[in-house]
Amino acid sequence: MKRILARALFAFASASLLAGQAAAAPPQSGGTLRLVVSSAAGTFDPQVNYTVEYAEMFQMMYDGLVAFRKAGGTDGFDIVPDLSTNVPTPTDGGLTYVFHLRPGIKFSNGQTVTLNDVVSSFRRLFKVNSPNAGTWYNVIVGGDACLNKPDTCTLPGIVTDPATNSIIFHLVHPDSEFLDQMAFPFAVILPADTPNHDMGTTYIPGTGAYTVKTYDPNKGLSLIRNPYFKLWSADAQPTGYPDRVEYRFGITPESQVTAVENGQYDWMFDTIPTDRLNEIALKYTKQVHLNPLEAVWYAPFNINIPPFNNLDARLAVEYAVNLQDSVKLYGGNALATPTCQILPPGIPGYVLYCPFTKNPGAKWSAPDWPKAMAYMKASGMAGQHVTIVTQSPSPYAQIGVDLQSTLNKLGFKADVKPISPNIQFTYIQNTNNNVQMSVTTWYQDYPAPSDFLNVLYGCASFNKGSDNSINISGFCDKAVDAQMQAAMLTTLTDPAKADAMWTTIDHQMTDRALAVNLFNPRKADFVSARLHHFVFSGEYQFLPQLASVR
Amino acid sequence: MSANPSPGFWSVALRKLRRDRAAMTALLVLALIILLTALAPVYAADIARNDPFQSNLSGSIMLHGKSVEILAPADNPLHLGIEPIGPTWQLGPYMFGADDQGRDVAARLLYGGRNTLLISAAAAVICLVLAAITGIIAGYFGGWTDRIISGLLDALWAFPIFLLAISLSVVLIAHGLTIGPITLNADSLALPIMIIGIIYVPYVARPIRGQVISLRESEFILAARSIGAPAWRILALDILPNIITTLIVFAPLVIALNMLTEAALSFLSIGVQPPHASWGTIIQDGESLIYTRPLVAIAPGIAVVITVLALNIFGDGLRDALDPRAKLRVDQ
Repeated sequence: MKRILARALFAFASASLLAGQAAAAPPQSGGTLRLVVSSAAGTFDPQVNYTVEYAEMFQMMYDGLVAFRKAGGTDGFDIVPDLSTNVPTPTDGGLTYVFHLRPGIKFSNGQTVTLNDVVSSFRRLFKVNSPNAGTWYNVIVGGDACLNKPDTCTLPGIVTDPATNSIIFHLVHPDSEFLDQMAFPFAVILPADTPNHDMGTTYIPGTGAYTVKTYDPNKGLSLIRNPYFKLWSADAQPTGYPDRVEYRFGITPESQVTAVENGQYDWMFDTIPTDRLNEIALKYTKQVHLNPLEAVWYAPFNINIPPFNNLDARLAVEYAVNLQDSVKLYGGNALATPTCQILPPGIPGYVLYCPFTKNPGAKWSAPDWPKAMAYMKASGMAGQHVTIVTQSPSPYAQIGVDLQSTLNKLGFKADVKPISPNIQFTYIQNTNNNVQMSVTTWYQDYPAPSDFLNVLYGCASFNKGSDNSINISGFCDKAVDAQMQAAMLTTLTDPAKADAMWTTIDHQMTDRALAVNLFNPRKADFVSARLHHFVFSGEYQFLPQLASVR
Repeated sequence: MSANPSPGFWSVALRKLRRDRAAMTALLVLALIILLTALAPVYAADIARNDPFQSNLSGSIMLHGKSVEILAPADNPLHLGIEPIGPTWQLGPYMFGADDQGRDVAARLLYGGRNTLLISAAAAVICLVLAAITGIIAGYFGGWTDRIISGLLDALWAFPIFLLAISLSVVLIAHGLTIGPITLNADSLALPIMIIGIIYVPYVARPIRGQVISLRESEFILAARSIGAPAWRILALDILPNIITTLIVFAPLVIALNMLTEAALSFLSIGVQPPHASWGTIIQDGESLIYTRPLVAIAPGIAVVITVLALNIFGDGLRDALDPRAKLRVDQ
């Protein structure tokens, strides 16, 4: 119920933000959609790449057995049948899922999709060391063995039945997010003869509406219509309006804004530089689209080393930080909302909560310096040295400098270390680097509370000495872990009760001051005057194939 | 009957320097810049009346009888963006406006100038001292000593200057530096001073070495050797005084080079670290405001240009004054 309510609020927020924009003209097919971004986003292998930049492309080039609906707003979170004719209901106490493969679908190289392709695609996830193979897909029986010995991975948990054209998945334990994970781009179906290594810059044939004409990570990506594509579900894989999609790499965000203003490109991927926001909002108001994101910008404390192994020191910072400062640095109230809690709006279980403010309650209002100074005194940590590690680009570094000011005012000796965005995210995760505090972000993979609470603060996400330790705070409480496991299981049988459980967990963990939660961002998309029918999916953000440029 | 004693080398040089209007104007500009930056604490406390190292994103000031937010929402239909207060052009708070942290740009410009000048001058001293030592030893002793020192200098010279500076900065600024009992924190100004001081050593040491090689064969050195003067005495009393003018001529040029290097490194976040300011860091702060508040980036840029220009003009004057060939030209 709360899930429905949250979605309704999300939809209302999206509609409100878009109010005043011109009524969309009926979309027309044809033409070339021109997109621009500052750089390529790494490997072009859909089972390895973990970026929004390429997920937006992969969702129109590949299909899984199920998919997130290609629709705007929260409808984009719905799971719909794709290469499977059904979205299975789990049986056997949540341990078995039966998919029926849709017949007659072809890859862009002309080969027909077979049961063998499905099985080998899931084996390949382990063989190419897909980023979430060990956290998502190892729930399939045999998954752990595949993690240990990828080369000989057989995944006995996947059984095919050629008579009914079915694929049966057996799980080790019930998993309320299994279908979300099956709809994610990692789980796309690839030809069985695809090499079992990261394909780098080489295109792997897919079943989507578009296929690759050329791809050069130094220049760009050119997509054309897949000649073997025949529409089977507009919800899962729509035909798309543009005949071609040209994605240019290597243009700075400042130049991207100018190029879109001049109509040289139709959409820019990168965040609009803050000094251009006023200009485009004034002169190109109708070409700006604002949409909420299920994400949180936060500053995790390392709770295992001084000074933030001391709860009073953490609480001192929580009460002292002016969240509105970070909002201003991000671009103002239209683009961000201060938050004290871990779950963002739109995620089931989200109920407004803010203990670290002048008037504790639902919303943050102002810092409470008397309380902050009292906690600081009680902590005995005055004079302690703190380094805040941020990414160097704006506004990360600026937020770091603002936090540094606050920490110095409290009595710490703080400095800021802005480092390259290419290494910062892994650097702050590795406990060997002894990072005391950092500034980072988390954007949902799919709309589930566990994607924030369990992923960011679960014991399984804390790996000492590893670059892959997304639990940056280093928090591990077996009791809380058990609560989260119980909530995940309850989701399968009683979603409303599960949401209430997540609410409690969210508020309890917020109280433990594991991070300074700063704000929930919104996305501002800037499009050309000729682009119509801009569709923003809650899952994939901009859906290029649904844009009309004629 | 009394004969006027002939004026000494230094007084002739000083007289020539005084006659050089361009050099004197440049010196005056430099003196003014140094004086202004020295007054930074006074400006911040009594005129700007705010802490230029403390973020002030939610503050406001009274302007023309009205309370004005230092960082206010931009005035557009979508309420997108935040704009720092612009220049007031009055001697008082926010004369040059605020940066993206709501700090007074003019106050930071003065504090930044102090750090930029300090780093440039201190790095120049390190560079000239190291260059003099290595150049003199290599040039005077020759043989293997020369080959080893020249090889090291060549190796240092082989690196593109900014690549070397960036490599050193990335390593040292990330972790700080510990040498025995001395520990330099990552935010210590001593780190950029050391880095910049080292990278230009070959550029000065090589001409010094050449000059010493030529001096080594001169008659007065041979005479000193023939009467058994020890090497340290020859180096200190005969060689060093003869290269001191070269070092003096190099000084303003090296300071100017250091200033540009410091600005570049700080702009790349690998020079002066927050909350300290330098002209380079202020330019970096202004980068994200270039469309709305261009003065934040332009003002320190102009300060760098004026100071480097003044240093170069003064350096030219100094060279003309101290160069014996210039003396010949004047006498003719």
